[in-house]
Amino acid sequence: MPNLDEVVRELRSDIIRSIAVAGSGHPGGSLSVIDILAILYAHHLRHDPQKPDWPDRDRVVLAKGHACPALYAVLAHHGYFPKEWLSTLRQLGSALQGHPDRKRLPGIEAATGSLGQGLSIGLGMALAAKMDHKDSRVWVIAGDGELQEGQVWEAAMAAPKFKLDNLTLIVDANNGQIDGPVAEVMPLEPLQKKFESFGWETTAIDGHDLAAIEAAMSSAKKVLDRPQAILAKTIKGKGVSFMENNIAWHGRAPNREETERALKDILNA
Amino acid sequence: MPKATREAFGETLVELAEKFPNLTALDADLSHSVMTAAFAAKYPQRHWQFGIAESNMIGAAAGLALSGKIPVCASFACFLAGRLETIRAAVMLNGANVKLVGTHAGLGIGEDGASQMGLEDIGALRSLPGLTILQPADAIETRQAVEWMLGHPGPVYLRLARQKVEEVHKPDYRFELSKPDVIWEPEPKHCQATIFASGGTVGPALAAAKGLLDKGFSIRAVNVATLAPFDADSIENFAKDSERLVTVEDHNVIGGLGSAISEAAAGLGLGIPVVALGVRSFGESGKAAELYERHGLSASHIMDACLRGVRS
Repeated sequence: MPNLDEVVRELRSDIIRSIAVAGSGHPGGSLSVIDILAILYAHHLRHDPQKPDWPDRDRVVLAKGHACPALYAVLAHHGYFPKEWLSTLRQLGSALQGHPDRKRLPGIEAATGSLGQGLSIGLGMALAAKMDHKDSRVWVIAGDGELQEGQVWEAAMAAPKFKLDNLTLIVDANNGQIDGPVAEVMPLEPLQKKFESFGWETTAIDGHDLAAIEAAMSSAKKVLDRPQAILAKTIKGKGVSFMENNIAWHGRAPNREETERALKDILNA
Repeated sequence: MPKATREAFGETLVELAEKFPNLTALDADLSHSVMTAAFAAKYPQRHWQFGIAESNMIGAAAGLALSGKIPVCASFACFLAGRLETIRAAVMLNGANVKLVGTHAGLGIGEDGASQMGLEDIGALRSLPGLTILQPADAIETRQAVEWMLGHPGPVYLRLARQKVEEVHKPDYRFELSKPDVIWEPEPKHCQATIFASGGTVGPALAAAKGLLDKGFSIRAVNVATLAPFDADSIENFAKDSERLVTVEDHNVIGGLGSAISEAAAGLGLGIPVVALGVRSFGESGKAAELYERHGLSASHIMDACLRGVRS
């Protein structure tokens, strides 16, 4: 998919530029999740950016709300709001809050960022679609670190009980959290077995292989009677050499020189 | 006939199910205690059992609400308020139309004791911008509060009690949001005290006002069913012809009705003493009436508070 390669490169640049202008933000987790978001919005999400309140739309809940620069870049690319807004990230009065706010920005389905809550919210949306006999799907994108929150496992227990085959959880497993590698801070493995034992259809993929993401999302949509978990192995800071797998870039903005180097890296990737 | 407010809630949910087709009930393994069981039995397609997992229930309620449903999450008051962060982030930041119904509030739960007693819920939840907090005094008011809640397009916390309470309202009573409801008017109007009570303490407050009348004192009793948004201005007229304000609540003395009245009195510069009766510790086991007596919420304690320092 060469055309999408180009789009993703541009989205990565948008992330870097918006965080650089803001002077703060979370580049690491935004760069790890952007391939997933790009494929989702381009090929799998039923949505209409001109009608963000369309009742039959699919829903996206970015549980790892701190990665919103990635979501904002994708939403702007699809025309939910003017691309110029990206340079207002985190400024006073901006619709682009430091964590997503559905009351301020079209295309945001839920305020997130208090980690561990997104899957429950998505579960409720999936239940509502079932009650209304709609075929809308709900896509929840969580970080791996946030799976340490107990509420995630309450939701993981409930979704199979309610047979929510319209609910897909994508885990952006970049193995990084603020205090260190996930495997050290509080290990999650064997993660796939955990979701399987809870009754989920699971698959593990390379979260930067666009064809693999494409295939996993296509398969998820065909599953009947149970929710699906796509465990996407990713690299924190993916696409910017000096940010990759460097936890220091979880939550800091690049300075001018670093921004230029980052944009060069992305172009040459 | 005495009836618990939680019972009136359960009956009203069933009665209003057709009027509010988007009404959906969510439970966390307490449907027979919080009285949603009848709704669940009659409308199984509109009821979701979440098990002993309140955070997920509240988060899912936010999702249901954002998709147009009117989810009613019921559990014990302490177990709902204990999920403050989920309520704050998933419900309130999203402005999700979720109805939280906390039953078995306060000492009134009785023998189950401290771990089951919601005594801090109002204090915790009153600081959330946009959350309406209601505490009806009897079955008549509960029915109307439930109907108001379902029609209101925003998040609501409804605080209900386990114990049976006497009716303090006539059948023609009409609940109005944030409007204090005078249940005992003094004669003459100038009175030794105006008592503000809410929920389970409204009965004792009424008994105290009547008891003091027999002793020659003039006392007003006001039922405060809306704790947020609190209409501070509404207390000004009461303060004008009262020597003191007395508050009494089955809740910690910090953060609830006593705080709301004190904040209002101070903010308006009324310069009137506020005597706040409320619970000052965690709860304990005992019968509801015994606990009200021990923790200073009974009619006799309220009478003492009305007269403390008053020259007769």
